[in-house]
Amino acid sequence: MNGPQEAGRSCDAWPKVEMTGLDTVWFYVAGTLCNLRCTHCFISCSPDNRSHGMMTLQEMHPYLDEAERLGVREYYLTGGEPFLNREILPILEATLRQGPATVLTNGLFLDQLTCRKLRAIADASDYSLDIRVSLDGWGPEDHDRIRGSGTFHRAVNGIRALAEHRFLPIVTVTEAAEGVGGIDGRTRFLELLLSVGLSRPRIKILPLWRIGAEAGRARGYESWERLSSDATTPEGLAALQCSSGRAVTTRGVYVCPILIDEPGARLGARLEETLRPFGLSYGACHTCYVSGVTCRT
Amino acid sequence: MSSIPAALFPRRAAFFGGVYSNSHALEEAIRDARRRGAEALFCLGDLGGFGPHPGRVPAILREHRVTVVQGNYEDSVGHDRPDCQCGYTDPRDNRFAQIAYDYTLLNTPASCKSWYRSLVRTLRIEMGGRRLLLCHGSPRRQNEFLWRSTSPVPFLERLLRDYEADVILCTHTGLHWGRTLPSGGQVINVGALGRPANDGRTNVWYALLSVGAAYEAAGPAPLAVEFVPVAYDHERLAREMRREMLPEEFVETILTGWWTTCLEVLPAREREAGRF
Ligand code: SF4
Ligand code: SF4
Ligand SMILES: [Fe+2]
Repeated sequence: MNGPQEAGRSCDAWPKVEMTGLDTVWFYVAGTLCNLRCTHCFISCSPDNRSHGMMTLQEMHPYLDEAERLGVREYYLTGGEPFLNREILPILEATLRQGPATVLTNGLFLDQLTCRKLRAIADASDYSLDIRVSLDGWGPEDHDRIRGSGTFHRAVNGIRALAEHRFLPIVTVTEAAEGVGGIDGRTRFLELLLSVGLSRPRIKILPLWRIGAEAGRARGYESWERLSSDATTPEGLAALQCSSGRAVTTRGVYVCPILIDEPGARLGARLEETLRPFGLSYGACHTCYVSGVTCRT
Repeated sequence: MSSIPAALFPRRAAFFGGVYSNSHALEEAIRDARRRGAEALFCLGDLGGFGPHPGRVPAILREHRVTVVQGNYEDSVGHDRPDCQCGYTDPRDNRFAQIAYDYTLLNTPASCKSWYRSLVRTLRIEMGGRRLLLCHGSPRRQNEFLWRSTSPVPFLERLLRDYEADVILCTHTGLHWGRTLPSGGQVINVGALGRPANDGRTNVWYALLSVGAAYEAAGPAPLAVEFVPVAYDHERLAREMRREMLPEEFVETILTGWWTTCLEVLPAREREAGRF
């Protein structure tokens, strides 16, 4: 129930976001493939979801070249689970030659050897490498219910391994964990991270987009959860990540990292041809606008 | 171009970043820049915040004819806005930023506010045939952070192209750096006079730019950039901050050279280099 059709409005009724310049490029390096099957995953990633495939370094090169020409500022590597991609380290090296990069991971593959290699890659670059690990609760009870049994301890071990290699990971928490948004929830998270050995914890809280698996776990969007031109401001629209970013998968270039399962959000095969306005007709757009969120770090 | 005063074509010029009410560092930096032969002095904005007695810095800048570009602080204070628009996202950072801002807003003389409103957001000058663009955060946004580790070469080339400049000068982050690009363009974050550079040293920094000796013969070339450390009476500043009941966290930064607040906006690389 996320598509534009259901609400029964003509296309020009939707507020349009202008493309102000390509600052951010997301690479779905693992496509929709993941070792987990989280019940709130907004693109329903799983070990057998192949709707977007693994990207090879070779497939990335033309996009990196284009991004360089366009003066892109920063890169995000995501999926699915990026560390399932056998070329993730060379991909990261190539990306970091060109600009700062953030990797989004569930943390389960972050062992000592991987962290040591990541440290070497980070130190060899002129630019920042950020690692973002997802947690969905203060302990195994909440987290494992959403992410699968045993995953909390493995993710925490991953975070600890990063800390041991001088990384300052950003821990992302979705609003699926009850009460994380408030000051108390935040404080509890900070305490948890301090207790696992992060001396300088960094936290980012994300809302839930009611699409993919999350639509089944909680609920999908209601028909009224759409944006309209008279309820949006130019500044509000300009702050949306689709005004300055695009997402690349093996199937082409999408308006943003959230809508990669919407055929209408695929804007072209090359970055250059996607730099045009986009009509915000989706339920997910309502969440972005109302929560003022960006997936960027 | 004939109406532009000669000060806009200097051979050597000093560029000061955020002063954050650190009047002692500012006075020291002005003296130092003059001693080094700077023909023109510029300040890229954020005159208040963090330090004590926000009326002092504007007076010093005007007395010494420092040309000032508006920072987000001047925009906020000048218009009595509710916050500083620094662009922090973390609750703790925002709390400390608000303390600094409320204090500054309350203690800024009204005469300064109208001056703040009248300041330009960007300024173009020329040095040795090179087109310089002075701004606060970035040419496109007054409160955009240009950190070294997140301002890659292709992005900076694009800014220079889009804004038709050979050299961009900015501040806002509080950490100084410069890149000379393959095209010959230069982007320089001049750092800040207001607080130390999160390196465990108590001095602050400014940037001194000079036209090369070969200019007359060879034509425009990248300008020589020097980041100059400025030692000043930081203990006196700390005493004044305590007398004004500014947060002890701010005082600690002045006395130790390590940032204790506004840390969450730092990219990984810059954050790893600090203590907190
Ligand atoms: S939320 Fe992340 S870890 Fe969970 S299934 Fe989706 S991609 Fe995988
Ligand atoms: S989902 Fe969000 S980022 Fe994507 S197009 Fe809609 S508003 Fe933009
Ligand atoms: Fe600023």
